[in-house]
Amino acid sequence: MARLTMVEAIRETLRAEMLRDERVIVMGEDVGHLGGVFRATDGLQQQFGSQRVVDTPLAESVIAGSALGLALSGLIPVIEMQFLAFSQNAFHQICQQIGRTRFRTRGSHSAPITIRAPFGGNVKTPELHSDSMEPMYAQTTGLKIVMPSTAADAKGLLTTAIRDPDPVLFLEPLRGYRLIADEVPEGDYSVPFGQLRTIREGNDITIVTWSASVPVVEEAAEQLIAEGIDPHIVDLRTIVPLDEEGLINAVEKTGRCVIVHESPAVAGFGAEVIALVQEHAFYSLQAPLLRVTAPDAPYPTPGVEGYYIPDAAQVVRAVREALTD
Amino acid sequence: MSEICPPQFKPRRKPVDQHKLLKSNGKLVRNASAPMSDEQVLEALRLMMVGRAFDTKCFSLQRQGKMGTFAPLHGQEASIVGSAMALNPATDWIAPQYREMPAALRQGLPLKNIILYRQGHPDGGVIPEGVNVMQFQISLAAQIPHAVGLAWGMRLQQQNGVAVAYFGDGSSSEGDFHESCNLAGVTNAPVIFLLQNNQWAISTPREIQSASTDLASRAPGYGIPGVSVDGNDLFAVYQAVHEATQRARNGEGATLIECHTYRMWAHTTADDPTRYVNETVEKDWARRDPIERVQKYLASKELWNRDTAAQWDEEINAEIQAGFDAAAAHPPPNPESLYEHVFETPTATLQRQRRAHLQQER
Repeated sequence: MARLTMVEAIRETLRAEMLRDERVIVMGEDVGHLGGVFRATDGLQQQFGSQRVVDTPLAESVIAGSALGLALSGLIPVIEMQFLAFSQNAFHQICQQIGRTRFRTRGSHSAPITIRAPFGGNVKTPELHSDSMEPMYAQTTGLKIVMPSTAADAKGLLTTAIRDPDPVLFLEPLRGYRLIADEVPEGDYSVPFGQLRTIREGNDITIVTWSASVPVVEEAAEQLIAEGIDPHIVDLRTIVPLDEEGLINAVEKTGRCVIVHESPAVAGFGAEVIALVQEHAFYSLQAPLLRVTAPDAPYPTPGVEGYYIPDAAQVVRAVREALTD
Repeated sequence: MSEICPPQFKPRRKPVDQHKLLKSNGKLVRNASAPMSDEQVLEALRLMMVGRAFDTKCFSLQRQGKMGTFAPLHGQEASIVGSAMALNPATDWIAPQYREMPAALRQGLPLKNIILYRQGHPDGGVIPEGVNVMQFQISLAAQIPHAVGLAWGMRLQQQNGVAVAYFGDGSSSEGDFHESCNLAGVTNAPVIFLLQNNQWAISTPREIQSASTDLASRAPGYGIPGVSVDGNDLFAVYQAVHEATQRARNGEGATLIECHTYRMWAHTTADDPTRYVNETVEKDWARRDPIERVQKYLASKELWNRDTAAQWDEEINAEIQAGFDAAAAHPPPNPESLYEHVFETPTATLQRQRRAHLQQER
C-alpha cells in the first residue's frame, strides 16, 4: 500500500499497463511532452517514446475516430479528452462509431478503447470546461461509463478499463486529482465493473452517489452522524454497467433514499436510479426518493459555480426531508 | 486580394487537368500505355459489371418491397473498382461508405453478407475473419478517421498495409474529412483518401460544397499530395491509387485522390433526382460510361465481343442469384439478436431486459 493522489494513481496505472502490454498506447492533446495539462501522463513519453505516447493535433473527433482504426489494427488505445466538455466534438465518433462497432459487425470487430476525461467543477476553470455529462453518455449503448471517487478505485477501475474488450469512458473528477488521496494497493490490482462500493453501513437512509459528489456526501455524513442520523452510503463506481442488485438492496435496507450528483436533474442518472428502485423495490419505500443535483441551467462562470454544484448543506437538508415522512 | 498574399496561396480560377489514360472510345490517350495487364482488366470489368447488375437487381427488388433503401453505384464503377484493384486484399484495408460493393467483394466480403445487409438482417454486418473491410458507413465521413487510425496502427506495428477511405464530395465538407487529412499528414499514415466526386450530395451540387475549383487541391494544405483523375477511367484511377500505395508503403504517407465521376442513378432508392438533375449534363456523362469504355478497349484487343458479353451476363446473373439463394437460406433475424454483441459480456441491465422481452414474445 502507498498513499497516492488520484492523478498519481492514474499515471502509475497507465505506466503499469503500458509495461504489461506493448499494444497499449496513449494519445491526446498535450499528453506527451507536457505530460497532460493535469500531468496525468507525466513522464510517460520519456519512458515509452513518442510512438506510444502521442501528442495529437487539437481535433477531438479524429482522436476518437482514429482510435477505432488503431484498435482494429491490433493496438489498445487509451485516449484523453482534455476536458469531458470538449468530448462533444467527438460525440458522434464515441457514441455512434466506437459504441456500436461490436453490435454493427455482430462481434466481428470490437473497440477496446479507453477514453479518459476529467470532468466536474469547483476548480475555477473558464466556462465550457466543467460539465458533468455522464447522463448523455449513459444513453450511448455499447459504452461503459466508469466514475471512480478514490485513488484506489482509480487504479483498480482503470486497470479493468484498459483490459476490457469494450469501449470505456473513464471519467476523472478534476477537483479530486490532487485533493483525493488514499491508500492504493501495489502490484496488479483491478476492480470489477458493476459492483458498487459501500462507503458506510447505516440503517436510517441510503445515499446514492458517485465520483465528484462522493466527497460532498462524506462531508454531509459527518454532520448527519453528529445529529444522530445513521446514513447508508453507496458509491456506484460504474453507472454502465450498473450494479442493479446492489443498488436495490442498498435502498431496500433503509426504505429511504437521496441521490446526489453534479449534473442537472432532468434526465440525469439519478432519474434512472429512481426509476429502477421504484420498479424493483417500491414496497420497501417509506418516503419519496429525493435528488440533490445541479439546476437545469448551463454550467455557469466560475464566480457562481459554488452555488451551482450541490454542497453538503443541501444534502443534509434533503436527508432530513426524506426522514420526516 | 491583398498583394501580400503569395501567388501559390491564391485560389485557382480553373480546375486542374484530370489525369486520363483511357478515352470514352476505348482508345488510350496518345503515348499512354495500359497500367493493367489484360487479366487485371478482365477481372476489373467483371467486378464493375457485377456491381451494376447487382444494383439493377436490388433496385427491382426494392420496388417490389423486397429490399430496404440502398444507394446504387451506377456511373461510379471505375472509381470503385479501379481503386480496389490496386490493393492487396491480404494486407490492405478499405473503409467503405455505402456504394462500394464491388470493392468489398474484391477484398473478400461474401456477396451473401452484402445482400443480408441490404435486406436489413443484422448478420449482414458480419465481416469474416481475415477480410480487411470495415463496416459500410452510413454517417458520412465518419469512416475517414477510422482509415487513418488503421493505417497509422499498421505502420506503428511495422506492417506493410495501406488503408483506403472511400467518401464523396459531400463528405469532403465534413469536419471528420479535414481532421483526418490533417492527422494523416502529421502521422505520415499510409492512407489513401479516395474522394469520389460524383457531383451530387443527394440534391446538393458540387459547387455548393466548396468554393474550391478542385477538392483535391486541399491536400497540400495538410502537407499531403493531391491528385485529380478522370473517375470514369479505370486505368487512370488504378494508376493513381497504385502510385499512392507505393508512396504509402515507402513511408511517404497519405494521398488525396479526387475521382471526377457522376452518380447516374438516384442518391438512394428513396430519392427523386428528376427534381434537380439536368438531363443534358446527365446525357453527356452517359457518353463517358466507365464500363463501355473498358469493353471497347478489350474489344480492340479481341478479348470482348457479343458472345462474351452474353456469356458474362448469364454468369453474373447466376452468381448474383446464388448470393440471394444463400441469403434466403440464412436463418431469419430473431429478437435475441437485439441483446447480442452490445458488449462482449451482456450487462445485468441487458440480461434483465432480454429476459423480459423474450417472455413477452412467447
